[in-house]
Amino acid sequence: MKQTRLLMGMPITVEIVDNSARVGDFDMVYDYFSYVDNVFSPYKPESEISRIRDGKLSPSLSGQDIDLILRLAQETKNLTGGYFDIYRNGRLDPSGIVKGWTINNAANLLKKNGFSDFYVDAGGDIQVSGKNSHGQNWRVGIRHPQKKNQIVKVLSLTNEGVATSGTYERGNHIYNPKIQCPLISDVISLTVIGPNVYEADRFATAAFAMGKKGIGFIEKSPGLEGYMIDKDGIATITTGFSRYTVPS
Amino acid sequence: MRRFFFSSFVIVTFILYVLHQKTEGVEEGIAIAPRTTPGPLPTIPDIGNPPATLSLSLTTPKVSSGYHDGTYTGDVADAFYGNIQVQTTIAVGKIADVKFLQYPNDRRTSIFINTQAMPILKTEAIQSQNANVDIVTGATQTSEAFIQSLKSALDKTK
Repeated sequence: MKQTRLLMGMPITVEIVDNSARVGDFDMVYDYFSYVDNVFSPYKPESEISRIRDGKLSPSLSGQDIDLILRLAQETKNLTGGYFDIYRNGRLDPSGIVKGWTINNAANLLKKNGFSDFYVDAGGDIQVSGKNSHGQNWRVGIRHPQKKNQIVKVLSLTNEGVATSGTYERGNHIYNPKIQCPLISDVISLTVIGPNVYEADRFATAAFAMGKKGIGFIEKSPGLEGYMIDKDGIATITTGFSRYTVPS
Repeated sequence: MRRFFFSSFVIVTFILYVLHQKTEGVEEGIAIAPRTTPGPLPTIPDIGNPPATLSLSLTTPKVSSGYHDGTYTGDVADAFYGNIQVQTTIAVGKIADVKFLQYPNDRRTSIFINTQAMPILKTEAIQSQNANVDIVTGATQTSEAFIQSLKSALDKTK
């Protein structure tokens, strides 16, 4: 059974292979996404994160999840030498870590409810579990950065998370927090596979901000593999990435 | 004899490093058990991550045997000096590495990221493929593409 709903500004697709899945199970996942959206959406002026950003709420008075995300963001910032930073031009926006964290939590909700074959895909960041409806590993395509209806690589995943950071046609939406007038132009897409989508997402975000050095950072990080596409259509691949690829 | 001098040099270098760190006001203490018997040079451990790139300025130690000038100056000394510096750095780096694991900080990691040599990785030209996939990963899309993809995703759920 598969559903797609629009939340957090993007299509969120959940497929559960297990025959016992019911609509209520999907509701549970989407309710969780709604909850996160209400707390963390920078586009909702009354969300907790917006009120903190606008100085209307002190972080010390905010809820547990805000507190947790702020601490996780700080840890990620330390691990990435400051290349991951939820303050951009002084403005608070933790989307680069909240998305992966939320998808991972939603997947864990499904696991706790006894499901083992499913995926959760929010805007192209994905957590998979088990097998697809044909009993095989999930086949995940990496989208061509310019030709949106084509794929350039096929991955075979069963318990991993995968996230792609990149630019879109109108400009760059990830900035290098270390430079004033930042535009990342060397790299247009960086796909990271990790043990779960929380890890994949936060390090894809950070590594993308490092420009061409990002793929080197992923190479040296245990448990992460990456596929970087530059503006000339050349991909650079970490050493262990091929264990996930499928000749198509 | 040469191994003895090497070992002594390593020991003295460690001690110099500790003193160097103390005078820099570094808070982390480093416990070192210097070698007291001649033995093989320390093997270079794999630092892996996290980083601890340290540059040490080593001065030739004064060993009161009278042999050190001949051995440590000139070509041989240069080559070995270079090697030892690297080894020592790494060996000390391993100790500092342990400390770094416990006290990571933003600035050191940044320096590491920026000074690391890029590993040599395989490259390929991307190629569009005809393939059936269950799911697609890609960067966040523009609003038009988003609407298209949402529409097609919704169509598939019917």
